[in-house]
This record gives sequence, structure tokens and C-alpha cells, in this order.
Amino acid sequence: MLAVKHLQKSFGLIQAVRDVSFQVDRGEVLGLLGPNGAGKTTTMRMITGFLPPAAGTALIMGHDISAEPVQAKKQLGYLPENAPVYADMLVWNYLAFIAEIRGFTGRAREERVRQTIESCRLTDVQHQAIGTLSKGYKQRVCLAQALLHDPPVLIMDEPTDGLDPNQKHIVRTMIRAMAARKAIVISTHILEEVEAICTRAIIIHNGAIVANGTPAELKTRSRNHGAVELTVTSPSGDLVNKLQGLAAVARVESQLPRVIAYPRASGDGSSRLTQEIVSLLKANPEWNVTALKTLEGRLDDVFRELTESKQGT
Amino acid sequence: MDFLRNTRAISKRELASYFESPVAYVFMVVFLMLLGFLTFFVARFYENGQADLRGFFFWHPWVFLMLVPAAAMRLWAEERRAGTIETLLTLPVTAGQAILGKFLAAWIFIGLIVALTFPIVLTCAYLGAPDRGAIIGGYLGSLLLAGAYLAVGMLTSALTRNQVISFVLSVVICLFLLLAGWPPVTDLLVHWAPGWLVRCVAAFSFMPHYEAFQKGVLDLRDFAYYLSVIVFMLFGTHLVLENRKAA
Repeated sequence: MLAVKHLQKSFGLIQAVRDVSFQVDRGEVLGLLGPNGAGKTTTMRMITGFLPPAAGTALIMGHDISAEPVQAKKQLGYLPENAPVYADMLVWNYLAFIAEIRGFTGRAREERVRQTIESCRLTDVQHQAIGTLSKGYKQRVCLAQALLHDPPVLIMDEPTDGLDPNQKHIVRTMIRAMAARKAIVISTHILEEVEAICTRAIIIHNGAIVANGTPAELKTRSRNHGAVELTVTSPSGDLVNKLQGLAAVARVESQLPRVIAYPRASGDGSSRLTQEIVSLLKANPEWNVTALKTLEGRLDDVFRELTESKQGT
Repeated sequence: MDFLRNTRAISKRELASYFESPVAYVFMVVFLMLLGFLTFFVARFYENGQADLRGFFFWHPWVFLMLVPAAAMRLWAEERRAGTIETLLTLPVTAGQAILGKFLAAWIFIGLIVALTFPIVLTCAYLGAPDRGAIIGGYLGSLLLAGAYLAVGMLTSALTRNQVISFVLSVVICLFLLLAGWPPVTDLLVHWAPGWLVRCVAAFSFMPHYEAFQKGVLDLRDFAYYLSVIVFMLFGTHLVLENRKAA
């Protein structure tokens, strides 16, 4: 539904986006991750036709955004960063304007605006000027603008940025509710959001893709993935030594009361590690181990490893 | 089909936005009071004892010089500052439709304000038998002049996100185009420059074309002049927008 092909863009000497390609199908929610300035917004602006790419292009439902921009934009809903909407306008009037541009007329237009206001939970504020609304409402007005024509492809630049936890929850619920019918791209630097709503994530660093996979896949790249964490209440010296002696253990980190044993090989090595540790604990009941768990790894760690290690290249 | 619909929708929105803020009302009051003052007290409409609107139309270029750039300065600069240009230009509209829509909205807005000067026409008609052709020509010339000012203001508005810069730039450009044909300026050139240069500079000026309309002379060349200024400036706006949307 959305195919991004070798997008490139530079501003002066800075190469903001270098050769970014990916594809998003119906039912997918793709998370674009990356530190500030990594090129997420520039990438989205090129996909939505706001910025012309230096090279490459994006196909939206088969329409090339550079060659047939109007056709492509018709299939697209876009929520720009910071939700820029006309502050002087009333919510209803603004959405009526969008509906007119989207080709709705007469009764159909009014009906469409009413439906959109309802589904975006804006009924309470529909006759207020947008400039008087709270950030959460403003964000939803802009989201309503993007959703009004029920586009098959939806691009959202930091949809939950600056919202309070309740407002974030509302926006995420809305995204999840429509995910099955659309191809969605969101950018964010909030990693919990990726785990909450994204089916796939791409990490961008210095304008290039450094990782592309499901959140679970990305987590396996974490150095913690598959390690076993023990919580020990009364530590004893030979615990660490004995753990170190196990065949499946690569190394042991001890930060009492937590002790982490890392496997030699990931995947299969991890289950062997667990077995060995369990039998070791059975043999030494006096160690007082109160908790034992296999770590999944954390997206934060993967994110930091991928976006810090390559600084300056 | 799409072209008309989009241009109309953008135009309607833009026109409404003048009236959604106090801008429209401030403009009307200032324009009408200023023009009234200049016509009656400076140009001495009553004392002249002539039922014509020459003193009235004489001041239009000068009042427009302040007001039209002020009406145009927000058209793009504000969109840039607030970031709404991103939402607007990622809708299925072309930059051309957006430019034309905004231009027409501002032109209609100025037209509405100019139309509110109708009492002076009635006054004139009550006092004597004014030359109808001169009045119609005067209004036409006034509207076209406003359109040319607006197009200049539109271009300077697209160049910056700062409305003040846009305003100052367009006042300066409009002032130059106004004065290029003003006798004191052409007199400066006459003594040393070849005649064709004097005529060339003067031909770029708003003034001679404006004066022709005031006399009630509707010359196709004057229409062509104003329309080509407008088209040229709007085309420039298009270039600027295409090249620096995000700036």
C-alpha cells in the first residue's frame, strides 16, 4: 500500500536522509524510531509530498508522489508534527473546509464532518475556536483532518508528543482501532509506544535505516536478551563463582541483590542456561533465591546501542 | 473540476479568516475614515464645487500603499510561522490552486472594502451630474491597482515567515512601482537619460496606467499591464513556494 524507495534529501551540507526504503502493507503499523534530528520528519515530509526528494520516491496505493502528487495525496492522511491547524477557525468550520477539499459536497459533507467529529471525540468542542483548545484536543482536530476521508494510508509524525497519559491512551486506542484496515506509519521516540501499537519498527540514525523488524525481533538484539536474572536476598560468595562455572554461562554480572547470567549463545543457549541454573539452585537451597526470570531484552538498550555507537560516522 | 472546487474552498476559508479576527473590521474603519478625511479635508471635495471623484481616486494609491500590504502580509508568512502550510500543501491541492485561492480571497476582501465607499458616489450624484464613465473607470483602476499591490504582497509574504518583513518589503516595492512614473521622478531622469529609458521606467509604473482609468479611458493595454503584473508576481510566488516550503 505504501512503498518508499531510496529516498534521499540533504539540506546544505547535511545529509538528512540517505537511501531510506521500506514498505508498509494493510494492517501494519510501522514505527519510525530515531533520536531527534535523525531524519524521521524529513522522511515523512517527502512521503507526503511536502518536500521534494533529492532522489527516490514514494508510491502511495501505486501513485508516485513526485509524478502524480494530487492522486497520491488523495489516498493519504497526514498528521504533521505539532498538529498545525488554523487557530482562528472553529473546529466544525475547519473540518468542513477539509471535507470540501476532499471532495464531499452538500449533505454528504455535513454527514462526514459530523461522523469524524464523533469518532475523534470532538463533540464537546466542535463550536470552539481551535486556538482555545488544549493540546490534546488540538492534536485530535489535526488527526480528524487526516482521517476525514478514511484514507488507506496514514502518516503520523509524533502523534502523542506532549500529551498527558490519558490523552495518549485515547490516541493510541484510536490508532489500534483502525490499524486493521490501513497502512499506518508513525514516528516517535517513545519506545513504550512502539511496543504498545506497532507491528514493526524501523530505527533511523543519521538519515539511514539501522534496524528493521518487529519489536520482539529488535529486542533479541539487546545484549540482555536471553540472560537470566536472579534476585538473591542473602548473598553468598560462591553463588557467583558457581554460576560462572556453568557450561552455558558466558559471564556473570552481580549488582546485589540482582545477579545476571549471560548465555554463551542466544536462542537455544538461553534455554540451556535456564535449565542449568535451575538445577544448580536445586542443589544449593541455602542461597535464598527469591526470584528467577529470563530477560527479553529492552528496546531502549537496542535503540541506544544502534544510535549511539555510530555517532560521528 | 478539482481546480475550481479547491480554489473556491481555499478562497472561502481565507476570506472567512479575515472576518474571524478583528482584522477585517479594523481595516474597514481605517480605510474608510482615512479616505474620507483625505477626500473631504485634503482634496476639498465640497469647496472644489465640481461633482467628480478625482480627489477621491487620487488618494487610493497612497491609502492602498499602507493597507494592501498589511492585508497581504499574513497570506503565506502566517502559514509558515504556524506550520499550517504543511497541512495545507499535503492536501490534494496544487500550489497554484492555493496561491490563486488566497489571492482571490484577499482581492475580494479589498474589493468589499472599496465597495463600502459607495456613499461618496451617491453624494456626488446628488450634488451634480458626475461623469459615470470616469467613476466606473476609477473604481476599475482602483481594483486593478489593489490587485497588483496584493500580488506584490503575496510574493513578499511567501518569502518570509515574518509578517513585518513581508509588509516592509512590499511597501518598498509598491512605492517604487508607484513613483517610477511620478513626474518628480521622471523629471530627474529626463535631463540625462535617453527618452526611451524614461518611457521604459515610467511604463513600469502603476501611476500612468492608473491615471488613464481615472479619466474614464478603458484601454486594453492598461488592463494587460495590471494583469501581467499580477500574473508575474503570482508566478514568482509559485516558484518561491516550490523551492522553500519548509523554510
